[in-house]
Amino acid sequence: MDSGFVIEKFILVAVIFGISLLIAMYSTYAERKVAAFLQDRLGPDRAGPFGILQPLADGIKMFMKEEIIPTTSNKWLFIAGPGLALLCACIGTAVIPWGSPMVIGDRVIPLQVSDINVGVLYIFGVVSLGVYGVMIGGWASNNKYSLLSAIRAASQNISYEIAMGLSIIALLLMTNTLSLKEIVDQQHGWHWNVLYQPLGFLIFMVCSFAETNRAPFDLPECETELIGGYHTEYSSMKLGFYLFAEYINMFVSSAVMAALYWGGYNYPGMDWVAAHAGTTWAPLIGTAVFFAKIFAFIFFFMWVRWTIPRFRYDQLMNLGWKGLIPLAIANIIITGIVIAIIEKF
Amino acid sequence: MGTQVFYFVATLSIIFSLMVIFAKNPIHSVLYLILTFFTFTVHYVLLNAQFLAVVNFIVYMGAIMVLFLFVLMLLNLNKETEPSKSPLIKIVGVIAGCCLVVTLIGSLKAATISSPLILKNPGLGLVENLGKELFGPFLLPFELSSLLLLAAMVGAVLLSKKDEVEA
Repeated sequence: MDSGFVIEKFILVAVIFGISLLIAMYSTYAERKVAAFLQDRLGPDRAGPFGILQPLADGIKMFMKEEIIPTTSNKWLFIAGPGLALLCACIGTAVIPWGSPMVIGDRVIPLQVSDINVGVLYIFGVVSLGVYGVMIGGWASNNKYSLLSAIRAASQNISYEIAMGLSIIALLLMTNTLSLKEIVDQQHGWHWNVLYQPLGFLIFMVCSFAETNRAPFDLPECETELIGGYHTEYSSMKLGFYLFAEYINMFVSSAVMAALYWGGYNYPGMDWVAAHAGTTWAPLIGTAVFFAKIFAFIFFFMWVRWTIPRFRYDQLMNLGWKGLIPLAIANIIITGIVIAIIEKF
Repeated sequence: MGTQVFYFVATLSIIFSLMVIFAKNPIHSVLYLILTFFTFTVHYVLLNAQFLAVVNFIVYMGAIMVLFLFVLMLLNLNKETEPSKSPLIKIVGVIAGCCLVVTLIGSLKAATISSPLILKNPGLGLVENLGKELFGPFLLPFELSSLLLLAAMVGAVLLSKKDEVEA
């Protein structure tokens, strides 16, 4: 292992981590601005021009608030909960391919932290682990409402993971690989998977909304029934961690959707740009396109939140078990039959 | 380096498994069990069985243990209390434990260090090779076990629905 390899990976990890946090910070601002736009208001506009410093002010507020650990809570688990939530949210970015390999001098630098051959399953594992932060925090608070919320989060995640996994299986039947990098490369030149798997994408997207606890599936945070949900007892930066984790989860799932179904860093006219811009700068343009897709998805997440009201709990379970799972299984069968026919003729 | 990592992780596995038994609070027990499963995942990675590692991660850590935790939280066993057992059960437990120790010592004395198994194909644990093995030579057992699981699932649903059918 040469030191250059270690240094370039270290820089890549640091940059991705920084970008994730920055995007999470500005997602809070964007959320308010989008909400204001959809409700015909102005939104935050006091801190800096257009309220651009609002996330900074919020961050300072979070750090300055008094830290309260309830005396009846389980102290260690109470602290571990938000930490685990943020950790699980951040490690998902490790396998996402951010761009095609970049050539600087005679070094080829892959813009991906790790191209493991079970990348899709790794993402899946991280998603399924994410619920522990909520569950542990909710239980350790020793509060009925927090506990109810933790239980809701657990059953919701388990239910929607099944449909999510089934929708990915249909995609994997087509791609024949579990490596995210290869899946993105296969979509080069308008072979975007969403064109072949529209139903699979729809199921995957609905499940991502449920897995990230976003409206209309934000039942663990249902204020009218559960006060604040699993973070009722939390204050200061520990509450901030939970909120941050939600926005990073949103960012990661947007990135996964863009990479799996919407071509990742591929865009029309890519080869022409690569021929003219050179191998150092063309990958960065691809990365910029990838981020544009991610931002479009984040906007979509917010758009849905401020448009569709929250589901009732039985509606949520019905949709997951009786709607999405049979649909996903039908999708697998249809995909399998079509692939068999194509291979035959 | 591989051996050192193995010994380190193996020690952690043993410590966490012991904590599962010794933790008084059932929720703590489950959390230690999750950590134990995580160390198993690391073991699988060390053995180059990446698919098994990830599936262990998703299924055991991500799904089954969530359900364990879920049930325990519903039961609300927050208090660090254990139901007191009658002296008879304690005596039976001691006798059974002694029998187990004797059996273990006997089998350990009889055991010899086996020669390490060397796989003909070191990449067997990768998804592609594993899939080809499962859907090639082992197709029949694979499909049979999936049928068995389906039957078990249907049975479980039927059992939980029993009261409703009678009423």
